[in-house]
Amino acid sequence: MKDFLLVFRTDYSKTPKASPEEMQATTKSWMDWVGGIAARNKLTDRGNRLFPAGKVLKAGNVITDGPYTEIKESIIGYSMVKADSIEEATELAKGCPALKSGGNVEIREVNPL
Amino acid sequence: MNQSELIPHLFRTEYRKIVSVLCRLFGIDHIEIAEDIVSDTFLSASEVWGLKGLPENPNAWLYTVAKNKTRDYLRRNSLFAKTISKELKYSATGSEEMEIDLSVKNINDSQLAMIFVVCHPCNPPAAQIGLALNLLCSFSPDEIAHAFLTEKQVIYKRLQRARKKLRTENIKIEQPSSAELNDRLPAVLMTLYLFYNEGYYSSGQDIAIREDLCFEAMRLTNMLLENEQTNTPSVNALLSLMCFQSSRFDARLDQNGEIILYQDQDTDLWNQELIAKGEYFLKQAFRGDELSKYHWEAGIAYWHTKKADTSEKWENILQLYNQLLLIEYSPIAALNRTYALAKANGKEEAIIEAEKINLTGNHLYHSLLGELYSGIDNAKAILHLQKALKLAKSTADKTHITEKILACERDNTMADKNIDSLRMN
Repeated sequence: MKDFLLVFRTDYSKTPKASPEEMQATTKSWMDWVGGIAARNKLTDRGNRLFPAGKVLKAGNVITDGPYTEIKESIIGYSMVKADSIEEATELAKGCPALKSGGNVEIREVNPL
Repeated sequence: MNQSELIPHLFRTEYRKIVSVLCRLFGIDHIEIAEDIVSDTFLSASEVWGLKGLPENPNAWLYTVAKNKTRDYLRRNSLFAKTISKELKYSATGSEEMEIDLSVKNINDSQLAMIFVVCHPCNPPAAQIGLALNLLCSFSPDEIAHAFLTEKQVIYKRLQRARKKLRTENIKIEQPSSAELNDRLPAVLMTLYLFYNEGYYSSGQDIAIREDLCFEAMRLTNMLLENEQTNTPSVNALLSLMCFQSSRFDARLDQNGEIILYQDQDTDLWNQELIAKGEYFLKQAFRGDELSKYHWEAGIAYWHTKKADTSEKWENILQLYNQLLLIEYSPIAALNRTYALAKANGKEEAIIEAEKINLTGNHLYHSLLGELYSGIDNAKAILHLQKALKLAKSTADKTHITEKILACERDNTMADKNIDSLRMN
C-alpha cells in the first residue's frame, strides 16, 4: 500500500457565492465523500481545506496577493489516501465534490525518500 | 438470585476488589499470592455455603474470610512475611497486627491505582487490556480470548509475559502523576470500552450476568470521573456512550431471552433515567478541546435514543460516523456508516458505496447488502442474505437472516421496516 496525495483545485472566479444552505450542502458532500474513503480504510489523512486568500513569494522578495493572477485554478485543499496503484488512487478520487463545481483533482504518489 | 448464580456474580464483583486491596498491600511482586488468597476465599465460600446455606451478608463473609486467610498466610509463611513486610503499606508492627482495609474508600483507591498499573505503558496495549480484564474485571483467559477473537493459549502467554514485565519493571501500585496521565488514560478507556462491549454484545446465555458486566464497566468508568485528575472529556464521553446503550437493556430481550431488534423494541421500556444521565455526561464531554472516538460514538448512541426515523436523525448519524471513521477505521463503523448513508441519502448511493467497502468475509456485510438490494433487486438481495447465513455464527443471527430471506422470497416489494439488519439492539 502506497500513499497518494490528492490535490483539489477549482476556479474561484467561476464559483458562485453560496447561500448558507448551499455551503452546508457542500460541507456535507465533502464529508460524505471523505467518509466513504475512510469506510474503505483507504484514508491516510483527511488533510485540510484552504481559505482562498494567500500570498506568493518569489525570488527577489517579490510578494503577490495569491497565485490567482496568473493561473485560474487554485488549490482549495488536499487529502492523503492509500492505494496499491495510481489507478486505484484515481478511482478513490472519483466522486470528489471539487469535480462537481468545475474543479479537478490531481493525484500524486508520495515519494517516501 | 440463588446460590448457583450468586457465587459467580460475587466472583465478578468482589474478586477484583479484594485482589486490588491485597495487591496494593503486598506490592507488584506478589500479585499471585493475592490472587491465590482470594481464589481460596471463593473456594471456601462455595464449600461452606453449599453445606450451611448462604450467610446473611455474603460480601461481609467474603471480606472477613479473605482477611483471615491473609493473616494466616502471613503467620504461616514467615519468610514471605520477612521479605514482604518491608513493602507492606499498612503494616504497623508486623503481620500479626496488620490492618487489611476493605472499606469502600480503600477498595476504590486500590482499584484506581490498579487500573493504572495494569495499563502501564511498559506492556503493549493488547497486553494491558488483557491484564485489566483479567485482574480488574475477573475475566478468565477464555473470556478474554472470546473478546479478542483469538486463541486461549495466546491470551495465557500474553498475560504471563505482561505480569512478568510489571515485576521486572518494578511498577509501583499507585496512581500516576498528572504528567503520565495523558499517555496512560487512553489504554484504560479502551479497556473499559472493550469490557463494556463484551457484556453488551456477548451472545452468552446468562443475560443478567452480562448486563452486570456492563454496569461494572460503567462503575469503573465512573470511578475515573470521581477523581478530579481523571475526570476528562473522553471519560465523560465514554460513560455517556455506555449510559445510552444500557438504556435499552429492558427492551432488547423478549420473554424467551431472544434478542429484539432495535426497530421492534417497545420504547416505553427504554430507561429514561439512563438516557438523561447519558445526555448529562455528553454535555460534560464537550467542555474542553479534547475529542475522542467516544465523543462520536456517544453522539451516535444519543441519536439512537430517538426512535422516530427522521431525516435529521439519520443525517446526524451519518455525519457522526464520517467523523468517527476519520479518527479510526473499523469494519463495524464502515458497515453502520453505509447503513446510515442509505437512510440519509438513499439506497442507490449506499449500494455503490457498500460494493466498494469489500468486507466479504463478514456476515454483517452481506446482511447489509441483502437489505440494501431488497426491494431494488431481490434476486441479489437473496444471494447476499444466503452468503450472510453461511458466515453467521450465532443462532439469533441465523434466525433473523432466515426470516429476511423468506420475506424477500415472499414479497418482491419488501417493506422498508425490514431493512435493518445491523446489530442494533
